[in-house]
Amino acid sequence: MKSLEDLKRIREQAQAQIRIRTQEGNTKIIVGMGTCGIAAGARDTLMAILDELAKRNIQDVVVTQTGCIGLCEYEPLVSVVKPGQPKIMYMKVNPERARQIVASHIVNDQIINEWVLSREEGV
Amino acid sequence: MAIVRANVLVCAGSACVSSGAYSFKDALIKALEKAGIREEVNVVDTGCVGTCALGPVAIVYPEGIFYVHLKPEDAETIVNEHLLKGRIVNKLLYQGPISKEVFPSLSEIDFIVKQKRIVLRNMGIIDPESIEEYIAREGYQALAKALTMTPEEVIDTIKRSGLRGRGGAGFPTGVKWEFARKAKGSPKYVICNGDEGDPGAFMDRSVLEGDPHSVIEGMMIAGYAIGASKGFFYVRAEYPLAIERLKLALAQAREYGLIGENILGTGFSFDIELRMGSGAFVCGEETALIASIEGHRGEPRPRPPYPANKGLWENPTVINNVETLANIAPIILNGAEWFSSIGTDKSKGTKVFALAGKVANTGLIEVPFGITLREIIFEVGGGIPSGKKFKAAQLGGPSGGCIPAEHLDTPLDYESLKELGAIVGSGGLIVMDEDNCMVDVARFFLEFTQSESCGKCPPCRVGTRKMLDILERIVNGEGEEGDIERLIELGEEIKRDSLCGLGQTAPNPVLSTIRYFRDEYEAHIKEKRCPAKSCRALIAFQVIPDKCKGCGICARVCPVGAAQGKPREIHSIDKDLCIKCGDCFARCPFGAIEKVDLVSVLEKV
Repeated sequence: MKSLEDLKRIREQAQAQIRIRTQEGNTKIIVGMGTCGIAAGARDTLMAILDELAKRNIQDVVVTQTGCIGLCEYEPLVSVVKPGQPKIMYMKVNPERARQIVASHIVNDQIINEWVLSREEGV
Repeated sequence: MAIVRANVLVCAGSACVSSGAYSFKDALIKALEKAGIREEVNVVDTGCVGTCALGPVAIVYPEGIFYVHLKPEDAETIVNEHLLKGRIVNKLLYQGPISKEVFPSLSEIDFIVKQKRIVLRNMGIIDPESIEEYIAREGYQALAKALTMTPEEVIDTIKRSGLRGRGGAGFPTGVKWEFARKAKGSPKYVICNGDEGDPGAFMDRSVLEGDPHSVIEGMMIAGYAIGASKGFFYVRAEYPLAIERLKLALAQAREYGLIGENILGTGFSFDIELRMGSGAFVCGEETALIASIEGHRGEPRPRPPYPANKGLWENPTVINNVETLANIAPIILNGAEWFSSIGTDKSKGTKVFALAGKVANTGLIEVPFGITLREIIFEVGGGIPSGKKFKAAQLGGPSGGCIPAEHLDTPLDYESLKELGAIVGSGGLIVMDEDNCMVDVARFFLEFTQSESCGKCPPCRVGTRKMLDILERIVNGEGEEGDIERLIELGEEIKRDSLCGLGQTAPNPVLSTIRYFRDEYEAHIKEKRCPAKSCRALIAFQVIPDKCKGCGICARVCPVGAAQGKPREIHSIDKDLCIKCGDCFARCPFGAIEKVDLVSVLEKV
């Protein structure tokens, strides 16, 4: 390291690595991973989401899982929560749909209405 | 490549490591591999979270879920339930000690909420073995900023911040730096005093283990401010993990060019060496510490001249405590006003305490000055377990004193504690309840300082021995009329005449317990009675006939056959055989054994 610019560069690279531990109020993607979700293919959906985020180098999104919420027939369920926006729950999200949700909802802020199961305000 | 979606931070402080953090971590990695999600989940060591009594602990991000008392077999549950299915494992969550309320998230637990973390800012967030993660958390930004300021501006910032030495004496750090800057002589040195010696204190160890770069950065800023190009860490060899992580951190900083010649292209050069001490308490005293680094016997010398003028190899030297140095970077980054807005009028910022003794949440805490003991013990510490009554808090270890219940609401700072006969000291805080004998506590601390006295000056060498002799007599029931006065007289003389801080403070635990608990001393001396029923020579164990069910447990656990009786009949304890180990008392399932004053038993006979 020779200069302040070098320090800045290293800091930016390293911040990506630990962002997951310090961020609050960022966009969240929640994948239903109860037994029902997993049986319906939620693992593949989750992997597709992670892969798509990585490909697009999107780092300010938190991906978490949740258990069964009782809507097993609509699994895999994926919810997207953007700060200040309603929580959108998508149904029957296969890997294909998952990638489109990342592209459309996460990147371009376009909700894909035909797959939406519910909207929840103020989450 | 998929992105990492979760981080599991396993506390790798000494306490958690010794309670099995690494076996949990190994099991966790195996379980992640078995579940096929090793790639998505990062497992990271982190510094002491502070909740040492709950260890091993781990935090799962992004949710920030805090798991406690982890065993290797819990790893698979966490992986299968939490990391795979997103279900928080309730049985591994932290539970409030008194309220029994369950807290899933680390940031919500009562232990953390009341804290203000400046020194411990990175504990539980970064991996102490990764310089990159430290840099990500604004690490070395303060150094970069300081190098654009003049040394005088740096000193002025530290002066205005009101930061005072965290090693015990509370001398203003900026003033110390200014003395060294103005002192004639070259080369100048910076020393980090990591010779933490108080029984029960482990703040410095935890900071060195958990965030070594923050101390290195503080030392370098100090070096720049006073015009030094060389620094020394003095850490006791009995802190192996701290030394290992510090060595690694120094190597990383060197590799990155943050230590060495022409740092960040500014022309400033600074190198750091690590020296290990052998664990003599007196080497925490600055002149003895300097002697030890120079290769001499660790003995103090009279001051003045102070090290700021004549220190290491007779050259101007700044000696700062670990915690003091860990405060420097945030002050430079956030400004003097930010720091001085925290705390009280004369004591700014926060203090790290090692909370121990009769308190539910033992561990490491950082609280703003001005907080009351009541808040520390009953809110952060979660209160006193098993419904016992608070008696006193011992602050400052062997150099400090006791604070009784009537002063629980005094706002803590350097001045208020001194007035009460205690000191902030390095930050050991031991909570005592009604079962603790204050005379015995004083004897314990004096025994420590007496054996650690280097022997150079007679007041300390002979005086502490004489005081200890008297105290030992008192707890053995051989106290005499006039002993209290003799203790006070000796104590005052030792304080006045000793060469260094060790002797000057050694009588404090005795003097402060006499001040607040004179009645306990008197009970020992005049009535041959220990009110807390703790001093073995003054108590006896006996069976309460109404409660004894004749189960025979006492007879089985008694190592000398003093507890006797036939099955299903009321047992008894032979006072002549009894060695007062207390095993029967602790093990009786019916509470049928009581501690009584020996005198009361003798009178009956």
